[in-house]
Amino acid sequence: MSTSSIKTKSSIGVGQIILFLSVAILVIVVAFPVLLILFNAFWVEGHFNLKNVIEVLSEPDTFKALKNSLIIATGTTIGSTIVGTFFAWLVTRTDLPHKTFMKSMFLVPFMLPSFIGAMAWKMLLSPNAGFINQFFIHHLGFTGPVFNIYSYLGISTVEVMYLFPFVFIQVCGALERMDPTLEESARISGAGLLTITRKITIPLVLPSIMSGALLIMLYSMAHFGTVAVLGIENGIYNIPTLIYERIHQSGGSFASIRTGTVLATVLVISAAIIIWAQRTILGKGHYQIIGGKSFRPMELKLRGLRMPLMIFCLAYIAFTIVLPTVVIFLVGGLKTYGLSFTPENLSLDNYKFILFEYQVTRDAIFNSVTLGFSAAIITMFAGVMISYVIVKMKVRGKGILEFLGMLPFSVPGSVIALGVILAWSGKFGINLYNTVWIILLAYIARYMAFSLKANSAALEQVHDSLVEAARSCGATMWQSLKDIVIPLVRPGMLAAFFLIFLPSLRELTVSIMLYAPTTRTIGVAIYTLNEDGETVISAALAGIALIIIIVGQTIINHFTKKEGA
Amino acid sequence: MSYVRLVNVTKRFGDVTAVDNLNFEIGKGECFSMLGPSGCGKTTTLRMVAGFEDLSDGEVWVGDNLMSSPRKNHYLPPEKRNFGMVFQAFAVWPHMSVYDNVAFPLQIRKLPKSEIEQRTTDALKATNLLSAANESPDFLSGGGKQRVALARALAINPDVMLLDEPLSSLDPHLREEMRFEIKELQQKYGFSIIYVTHDQSEAMALSDRIMVMKLGVMQQIDTPLNIYNHPANQFVFSFIGLSNFLNVVWRDGKLYLKGEGDKLAMPDELVPPEDLKGEPELSLASRPSEINFTSMTDPEALHGVVSRKAFLGEIIDYQIKAGEQTLRVQKGRRDPGPEAGENCAVHFERPFWYKGHAK
Repeated sequence: MSTSSIKTKSSIGVGQIILFLSVAILVIVVAFPVLLILFNAFWVEGHFNLKNVIEVLSEPDTFKALKNSLIIATGTTIGSTIVGTFFAWLVTRTDLPHKTFMKSMFLVPFMLPSFIGAMAWKMLLSPNAGFINQFFIHHLGFTGPVFNIYSYLGISTVEVMYLFPFVFIQVCGALERMDPTLEESARISGAGLLTITRKITIPLVLPSIMSGALLIMLYSMAHFGTVAVLGIENGIYNIPTLIYERIHQSGGSFASIRTGTVLATVLVISAAIIIWAQRTILGKGHYQIIGGKSFRPMELKLRGLRMPLMIFCLAYIAFTIVLPTVVIFLVGGLKTYGLSFTPENLSLDNYKFILFEYQVTRDAIFNSVTLGFSAAIITMFAGVMISYVIVKMKVRGKGILEFLGMLPFSVPGSVIALGVILAWSGKFGINLYNTVWIILLAYIARYMAFSLKANSAALEQVHDSLVEAARSCGATMWQSLKDIVIPLVRPGMLAAFFLIFLPSLRELTVSIMLYAPTTRTIGVAIYTLNEDGETVISAALAGIALIIIIVGQTIINHFTKKEGA
Repeated sequence: MSYVRLVNVTKRFGDVTAVDNLNFEIGKGECFSMLGPSGCGKTTTLRMVAGFEDLSDGEVWVGDNLMSSPRKNHYLPPEKRNFGMVFQAFAVWPHMSVYDNVAFPLQIRKLPKSEIEQRTTDALKATNLLSAANESPDFLSGGGKQRVALARALAINPDVMLLDEPLSSLDPHLREEMRFEIKELQQKYGFSIIYVTHDQSEAMALSDRIMVMKLGVMQQIDTPLNIYNHPANQFVFSFIGLSNFLNVVWRDGKLYLKGEGDKLAMPDELVPPEDLKGEPELSLASRPSEINFTSMTDPEALHGVVSRKAFLGEIIDYQIKAGEQTLRVQKGRRDPGPEAGENCAVHFERPFWYKGHAK
């Protein structure tokens, strides 16, 4: 009798510790900084003040940044949706040659950092110095540049190249899972393929298209890199670049922080609206289109268009993926920017320099790897624990935990960065500003949602009865966690680790707001070197970053395939 | 009078022959079922008739119209074949109302508005869906969805209706109900049915004729009654209804039960037909309900031991051990039979003999 009561007490004890830790982590790392932003935006001189918010928003610069964010995001969303849906349809529903190869190539932009792409396009298409523009002026007799990348159209086009996979992957998934008999029954009803595409296929995958489009909208509104690289030259700022510019130039003055928090609030609110719209669309229009027996879906025979469309796809891949990458590596090999790409001008000296001699880049690589690794490890373990509370424990108020965990997913990087500045700059007794720790905290907050998603999915596969069986065999709560649950969710934890480690290696938006001279990350180093006119060094470092990312991604793909088989 | 005609129809997927040289004809208004285990080629055959799969060889005709013929390089796409078709997973379009689902094939044919309305309403009436016309099919049960699919197929007034396991996604009690609904609709509209199923009772209840298939090869085409009473081979015998097989061997002009040393002699009076007497290996097939208990002195009786007796309600199920082989016997609860552990003698009411041993 007495032993059994002791056992129950101790098991509740473990549960309570886990619950307490989970709440504490999420509140300190995630909720506190975000709340500080809202508080600072609306709370001026000791009272609630909406008038001041409107004043800040109606300043010409801020208003213009809002407008620009909206214009760029709209253009990017429309472009990406068209490109993504078209390619998804091509690789799933037609007899296009080499479809598997094309599909994997269209997913490559997912892992490439868009600001490195933007740098490449700057080298190719800047109005006066861009290689393509120069080629047209000098060799084809053009009087001016063929395309100016420093424009709304230029920025949106570059963003489309890197963001369209969001729509592509969603629509591909929907088209592949869709029950082919839905289309076959239309066909036997007498409808031709074009009518079926128009009246059956597109309406059925519309929720997926819309949901992908909204993700792109969300991402583009809050996107820093491309606009920072291509916009500032022509005075095109969007919300995140303006926040960065203000905080950076004023060294964190009160006025700049206010503008920052108000702009950040606008971002948070628009993100909330977008997420809400996405949930509504997915909830309401989520058709049951997954079928029973699966046959190959019918393929549209492209006939005469087969070769032209294949060449078009290959040209797209060459132009948007291969060309920028090659340019980065070539420029990285030049002695000085502006020389032509002849063998005598190209060498590996820059690469040797940044890897073995130049302290700034060596620090940056070291910082990014250690920061990424630590953030991934910490977030992975915290994610398992919090997911366990959310998925498995029957406690009140776990909905709040779930909300807190997913919050960073909808809160843009620049907002998180601003939040940690407000929280950890000494105002509350701890000053981490200008240290790597503040970047680590921001990374943890930013990537927590990834870890929660991967770990919850894994935990949901572990049926409660497995733990109950362990308990009935005499294992304590702690032992059953250690011996049953953790081994079973290990694939989810591994996935979470890589989902965080790789993106953090190329992170720019958060780090750029938080770096100090000795705490540059790879992304910051590439960006600042490029801004300082060290184009070739910056390109060489970008090349190194691309190699690390591609190698890392290949290793993950290899591992995940093994796990799957 | 034949209406749908398959001539030497063959389908190969790479090295695998999914359907091997199939020939059959279906009359107007006939209900023809293709029955067999999964992977036997029945669905592939139906999809070739529908036009969703190309033929590797052979021809498909409907009336005087050629549908598919790879040799003549002729292929009529499914949308031009004017068939009605119902799929296993319902395939009703969730983004359209019930009414729009049913009206869709008529709109595609660009019929006048009043006619579309009239025929859609008729089809909805025939399937008892009129009250749900403006609802989304997502709110209907499985049976409701399948009625929408049926109504949609009916709306064009097809001569041939292709049904691909239409009832296997439904609950068992609904399945039986829908079976008779389909039959009633057929009698009312007079279309021919080609019906694919792996459920033998479904095929029996609905069909005028059944084709049993195995690994792409036709085994038997006949009426349900003939298929049950005169199965063409061991496979058909075992696929339709409950079955027993006893493997026997010839030795010195006498039949013995297969087993260690083949020691147990078969009763002298229980003999195979003349034409099978030369076969070294035979199997004796029987239905559990067509075996009777008899006196131990019956010259035609086989002797064994009751190894298990189970009371199943209306019937009693016996397992009889004869040598090393087992036999299942089912008798009504009113006939008192032997108890478990007792010796018994059984008499085969309708023994079937087949060449070769059953597995």
